[in-house]
Amino acid sequence: MLNSVLVANRGEIARRILATARRLGIRAVAVYSEADADLPFVAEADEAVPIGPPPPGQSYLDSGAVLAAARRTGAAAIHPGYGFLAENPGFARQVLAEGLIWVGPPPEAIEQMGDKINARNLMARVGVPVSAGTTEPVTTAAAAVAEAARIGYPVMVKAAAGGGGIGMSAVTGPDGLAAAFETARTRAERFFGDPAILLERYVERARHVEVQILGLADDRVVALGERDCSVQRRHQKVAEETPSPGVGEALRGRMLAAAVRAGEAVGYRGAGTVECLVDTGAGDFIFLEMNTRLQVEHPVTELVTGIDLVEQQFRIAAGEPVSFAPDQVRPRGHAVELRVYAEDPVRFLPSPGTITRWEEPTGPGVRVDAGYKAGNKVTTFYDPLLAKLCVHGRDRDEALARAREAVAAFRIAGPRTNLPFHAELLASAEFRSGDYDTSIIARLRS
Amino acid sequence: MAEVRAEMVANVWKVVAAEGDEVSDGDTLVILESMKMEIPVLAEGSGRLARLHVAEGDVVQEGDLIAVIE
Repeated sequence: MLNSVLVANRGEIARRILATARRLGIRAVAVYSEADADLPFVAEADEAVPIGPPPPGQSYLDSGAVLAAARRTGAAAIHPGYGFLAENPGFARQVLAEGLIWVGPPPEAIEQMGDKINARNLMARVGVPVSAGTTEPVTTAAAAVAEAARIGYPVMVKAAAGGGGIGMSAVTGPDGLAAAFETARTRAERFFGDPAILLERYVERARHVEVQILGLADDRVVALGERDCSVQRRHQKVAEETPSPGVGEALRGRMLAAAVRAGEAVGYRGAGTVECLVDTGAGDFIFLEMNTRLQVEHPVTELVTGIDLVEQQFRIAAGEPVSFAPDQVRPRGHAVELRVYAEDPVRFLPSPGTITRWEEPTGPGVRVDAGYKAGNKVTTFYDPLLAKLCVHGRDRDEALARAREAVAAFRIAGPRTNLPFHAELLASAEFRSGDYDTSIIARLRS
Repeated sequence: MAEVRAEMVANVWKVVAAEGDEVSDGDTLVILESMKMEIPVLAEGSGRLARLHVAEGDVVQEGDLIAVIE
């Protein structure tokens, strides 16, 4: 097993990774910006190194500072969490060049899947279904118009190097395309340093369903089940659940098999997620993209399988077998995750501030992955995720009933939070029925 | 004269207009960014952008003056 690890991240995910490291007897090192000095993850690490002022570019994204912290503390491995440097192949290569262990997939796999156009083309070659879309980067508005005409409207315009739902928009006809293209290109440059754009046929009434895979040290790839992540605002996930109420046994079998083929196609190692859209009308699915890292919503998979995914990441990175029998994974029950964001519950606008009260719910099946505690300051520099409220039950009804109680019992004061929105979601007929898609929040707000 | 103020705490990401520009109602003057969300600040009313009170990289509080249009 690894002897030490530096977690190059912050907030709830850093805390969660550090906790598994300590449980396994791995010396756990945290890095933090000036804005995060009082957050729980810093106090809970075995050692914590300050790495710069609040802006991510001067702290969490500063690979030099992170590597210097690793050298200083003698950390033998680096776990990048999600976001920040997690899908940066250059950083992965620097880590390896330093003689450290990278808790993640090979840099080549990150590169292959980080370019969404390349990823789509590769998937098509290995028989994973993809939607009609571009096979070469679109670099001019004129090319975008021609591509969209070929693909057929409505189209989704997105950054080829993108993620996190940023810089995407749906366009219903030629009139809106040039503007959407320009906006996407500007955002792509700003957030991902690469202006390349891709267009895809937009699936109406789609569910966003993703498959968790693990690439084992012995080169096998296993699929651990799917997650439904259709509850989104601004193309960012707000709530997730497993199993997906919109996926039957046959479709699940096909999706998991395709996800395994996707992982095998890039020689995948470690935890990864194959994101798909399920076309509820057609009852079939298409590949969207592959995330070569741990996902925010991984806890719901952990709750139904009983598998600690971060532990598996550490084992795989150490060249060891996973802790479970790969052909005997039997998910049990139902799990839901509700992302608690520092934003107002009506318009979902950011709401930073000092937390004056923080009381987490407890009880059977309740798991809270919290990034903050009372007294901490939520700043504007990072994403608005405060905590993940995760709930397991024997079936979906029990999971939702427990979730309702847990939301009511979670008390946060200071910044506004979307807890009242989660109460609204759990009470809504559409969500309760399980028959929802990616426009559910738009309908709740119309 | 119209004062354009920040509606929330945010970072000034992009300054789009310049002092002296003629601006129309609804033109984007500045784009703020907060917690990975972009917030355009628009001109209310038309006129000359007499004063721009912020620079890229500044942090603004709710109510801070961003621009004055005359």
